[in-house]
Amino acid sequence: MEINLLAFGQIAEITGKSAWKISEVKDTNSLIKKLEEKFPSLVKMKYSIAVNKKVIQENTTINDKDTIALLPPFSGG
Amino acid sequence: MNLDNNRYQRQIQLKEIGQLGQDKIAQAKLLVIGAGGLGCPALQYLAAAGVGTIGVVDFDVVELSNLQRQILYNLDDIGKPKATTAAGKIKALNPDIKIETYNFQITNKNALEILENYDVIIDGSDNFATRYLINDACIILNRPLIYGAVLRFEGQIGVFNYRDFETNIKTNYRDLFPKPPNLDSAISCNDVGVLGVIPGIIGTMQATEALKIITGIGKSLANKILSYNALENTFYDFEIAANENTNSDFPKNKTEFLTFNYEWFCNANFDVETISIEEFDTVRKQETITIIDVREKGELPFVDEFPFIHIPLSELEKTLSTITAKNKIVVYCKSGQRSAKAVQLLKEKLSNCQVFSLKGGIEAWKNIN
Repeated sequence: MEINLLAFGQIAEITGKSAWKISEVKDTNSLIKKLEEKFPSLVKMKYSIAVNKKVIQENTTINDKDTIALLPPFSGG
Repeated sequence: MNLDNNRYQRQIQLKEIGQLGQDKIAQAKLLVIGAGGLGCPALQYLAAAGVGTIGVVDFDVVELSNLQRQILYNLDDIGKPKATTAAGKIKALNPDIKIETYNFQITNKNALEILENYDVIIDGSDNFATRYLINDACIILNRPLIYGAVLRFEGQIGVFNYRDFETNIKTNYRDLFPKPPNLDSAISCNDVGVLGVIPGIIGTMQATEALKIITGIGKSLANKILSYNALENTFYDFEIAANENTNSDFPKNKTEFLTFNYEWFCNANFDVETISIEEFDTVRKQETITIIDVREKGELPFVDEFPFIHIPLSELEKTLSTITAKNKIVVYCKSGQRSAKAVQLLKEKLSNCQVFSLKGGIEAWKNIN
């Protein structure tokens, strides 16, 4: 199983990269838990999660080759 | 040769626009909120394209640090109000269009009566409270909202509250970000910077979306957020779906909108002690306190009315250990957002001090003093 992860804005700052691959994660909730363990600063961040470009609202199953993107809000103008 | 037609010849030549499209552009009424990094290029292109009525909202004045990205302004404009200055520049570019200026901050008290005069709204604001406020006002008034936001080398653009004819759905900012970020994780360009061309690109894309909506051509970014990363040279789009979970706590009609506290909504999870202007003036005259200005270098207005230490927020964390303070500290910035963050940093380090953030910032103080 191979999942593509994309991070934007401050999320990429926290994770230190904007694109990487991970394996073995069954759904978005367990992905977030895994990421928060690795990057504790993520806990207080607010961001949207998209699975294959679609913004999700609740826990979503992740399949092989899916792309998960983490998009935080910006306010700059 | 007809001089009027010649001005717009290159876009009338486009078969998708033509004279009919140009007439629609001339009849359009468009509001740009924020004449900053996003607003400047958007205003320039929309005035150049011949948008018949353009409204400009901004309460700020031009500062030297704006010139790196707010391309309507030059050195002579420093200290002048942005809305009227921007209006003057685009009037010179195209005297045939009508321009309305609003030299004050948009609030829930004035937003509806301003926005209802316009067909399309462009959000070029720079803080979450205003962004949620504009979003909600556009829903109540049923106006399409063209959103743009920038940070560092990245930008986001999207079209809200505009029906996508293929899917027949309409989404908004709250469907994407139901809750504003906590203040301590919400950073702005004032704190971390932005490459000047980024708002140039995103503001120009906002103007493009506005012209597409006005003329009814192409596919709009309705129900989508397009994210641009200049360092990676990537665009990535997100499809937004209506979010039923978020429809509970936002104002749904004019009455609720008028009483909704947007500042509180955006700061709700952030608990720092503030000091009012009056209390601050009393305390600093009666007691020996430490006053810290956390604005970046060169920000206006100048302060010479009282002694203070200047430590920009961007440098505060690394200088924390060197700060020796009296037992009472008042921190200020321009509007009170960055000082709130600074208070949190200071409190962690100087646990025996009372630390306050000046409510409304130095701008509010200058208004009274």
